[in-house]
Amino acid sequence: MLGKTAGGLTWMFRYLERCETMSRLIETGFRNALTRPTTAADEWAAVLDAAGVRTAYLERHQSFEQSAVVDFLLRDCNNPSSVMSCIEHARNNARLVRTALSREVWEVTNDCWMTLKGALGHKVRDRDLPAVLSIIRQQNALVRGATHGTMLRNDIFNFCRIGTFMERADATARILDVKYYVLLPSISHIGSALDNVQWENILRSVGAHSSYRWLNGPDISALGIAEFLILDHRMPRSLSFCIDKVASNLRYLEKEYATRNPSQEKVEAMVTLLADAKIDEIFDEGLHEFILDVLADISELSAMIETDYRFYE
Amino acid sequence: MSKNAKFFDELNGHGSDPRPPYRDYNAWFKSEDLQRLRKKSSEAEMFFRRTGITFNVYGEAEADERLIPFDIVPRIISSREWSRLKRGIDQRVRAINAFLHDIYHRQEIIRAGRIPVELIANNVAFLPQMIGVQPPGGVYTHIVGTDLVRTGEDEFFVLEDNARTPSGVSYMLENRETMLQMFPELFSKISVQSVQDYPTRLSRSLSACAPPACTGKPVVAVLTPGIHNSAYFEHSFLADNMGAELVEGSDLRVVDGRIAMRTTQGYKAIDVLYRRVDDDFLDPLNFRPDSVLGVPGIMDVYRAGGITIANAPGTGIADDKAIYSYMPDIVEFYTGEKAILKNVPTWRCSEPDSLAYVLDHLSEVVVKEVHGSGGYGMLVGPAASKKEIAAFREKLTAKPGNYIAQPTLALSTVPILTKAGLAPRHVDLRPFVLVSPKGIDLTPGGLTRVALKEGSLVVNSSQGGGTKDTWVLEE
Repeated sequence: MLGKTAGGLTWMFRYLERCETMSRLIETGFRNALTRPTTAADEWAAVLDAAGVRTAYLERHQSFEQSAVVDFLLRDCNNPSSVMSCIEHARNNARLVRTALSREVWEVTNDCWMTLKGALGHKVRDRDLPAVLSIIRQQNALVRGATHGTMLRNDIFNFCRIGTFMERADATARILDVKYYVLLPSISHIGSALDNVQWENILRSVGAHSSYRWLNGPDISALGIAEFLILDHRMPRSLSFCIDKVASNLRYLEKEYATRNPSQEKVEAMVTLLADAKIDEIFDEGLHEFILDVLADISELSAMIETDYRFYE
Repeated sequence: MSKNAKFFDELNGHGSDPRPPYRDYNAWFKSEDLQRLRKKSSEAEMFFRRTGITFNVYGEAEADERLIPFDIVPRIISSREWSRLKRGIDQRVRAINAFLHDIYHRQEIIRAGRIPVELIANNVAFLPQMIGVQPPGGVYTHIVGTDLVRTGEDEFFVLEDNARTPSGVSYMLENRETMLQMFPELFSKISVQSVQDYPTRLSRSLSACAPPACTGKPVVAVLTPGIHNSAYFEHSFLADNMGAELVEGSDLRVVDGRIAMRTTQGYKAIDVLYRRVDDDFLDPLNFRPDSVLGVPGIMDVYRAGGITIANAPGTGIADDKAIYSYMPDIVEFYTGEKAILKNVPTWRCSEPDSLAYVLDHLSEVVVKEVHGSGGYGMLVGPAASKKEIAAFREKLTAKPGNYIAQPTLALSTVPILTKAGLAPRHVDLRPFVLVSPKGIDLTPGGLTRVALKEGSLVVNSSQGGGTKDTWVLEE
């Protein structure tokens, strides 16, 4: 398999995952604006931070006004992480690696691109936003379904999965990075109404508000949320879950290629770190520092995978 | 149905009864509901869009992806007609390979005075780098797409040989796939020869041309200029269906005297490179130094027998339209037989008498650039305005050697489905020929291009042409 193809597959699935992350972030911001209009601007700013595009946004806009933020996150081609940019990049990568994809995966990716191009052809009005956000996630689910249903479980599939889980780990870590302060003990001891909303926003942005309740009942706590998003193996967007997945994909490649690479050493170290971690110890030693370390680890691992598997010249 | 008796209609001939190859189809068509067929027609478009069978048009501001329109009425050829074409194509392709070998070696044909030396010596398509090079298996043109036109019951002409890098074969395959999906009942009524194993045949044919350095099962790869190339879909389609890697120049480099591709596990040697990159861009060390599409040093590896390049560099000389005018002589010189397929009579504007004639008859003839392709840079006299003719006259007088002219051929018509039912439109045909040391292999079918505009003779997809499925009937 070509190094370029491995890179293309990884990026294709990174962009698809990012597309979905964007839709969840927009949904959270939108819901917050409807239920707590006074905090809307702050929440939109936080959404832009979590998406990593606040600076790019402020180059074009002065205030965190809802329709401008939503349009920037959904459709703006100047925003490399907008839903439309993501799906364009995903499809371009899919074209690049066309020979590595099953016909179904290619067709459904192409369909996804055509559908979103249609749905995002014009500025989306508030009243249409929920429907558009749901189309984005449905289309993504179709690609994921075709991938699971039709692709061989070989190195190709493993590179796809590495893209998905690297991106997802990165997204969860970023959301925590932006919102860590609302989880800090000084505020969370009390658990005011405002805290509850903030905490709920965190859970919503990783699509986990109902699963958290299902596991923990109605009582939300900062510690509980942090543990859920960082360490819970049952939660498909937790850091622990995502890093474990990347590790198992890299283990497959190690076996298949009969070579152990630096990226394997690195990911095993990350797995151990998360497996041994206790949530109260993380808080004692500093939640923010912990998250920053994880973000740095993820970006280092990503670069090592690129080198180990020769994505670029 | 054809009201214009000037043209041969492949459905009705010059009369009004369907010709034998079309009888069964015609009966089926008459029993069908026009509305249903029109609905099928738009289904086909959706099918192509979903599959991503699109092309990019050069020179358009926004490199938008467009579909080549597909018409659902097949173009039908009897097995008897096909066997005659097959013999003619076989002969012509053998002659072209012998010609290429000769002009890059002893140049007997020039010594014998059958073609003038200037035609080769001053030709930009002639690659001095290929002189004395022995391509693996002795094959120059691994893939040929001979363009044929028809003017009567038994009148077929070769319009172009396309010995360089013919494209369009993915349409031959996808058009058939689409027809099978839309009209399965038709294929159970009418026995049509299959085209679907073309990729397997291509893979076998290429593998049979592996270079001396190849040990074991030949590794084949397709070289594409990249996803922005107008034919990228076809490149990925062929690689996918052959189970070959689709590579770009940036994936390749010279490693230990071989061309190797960068894989996830290091560099791996390639034996046969099916390149869809022009000669000029193939090797920045040997040709255009600014090319980023090729592989520096590939020509040196090639000359040393480290890789097979398909088609061989320098085959473009056979596509030259001035060379074309000598093709009947070339066929006779190398095969010792009269050419089975006719050449279109051609005036070489480099010759003063011919030039004078062409200048006098610009409104009747077709003038083409000798190195042109894709329908660009040509004048179709009968369809051109006075202004266009005047402008072309200047270009022609300034550089007559750059042009040839041909009479406007009365291209045959095949019906397409329009809002009002069937209507005749002009067509051509590009069958795809594979050449290996084991022989010449012709897939029964090809790409039928159709000028969708009423009366138009230009079938190029870049200029309003569409495609049809091409059926060669079983005996």
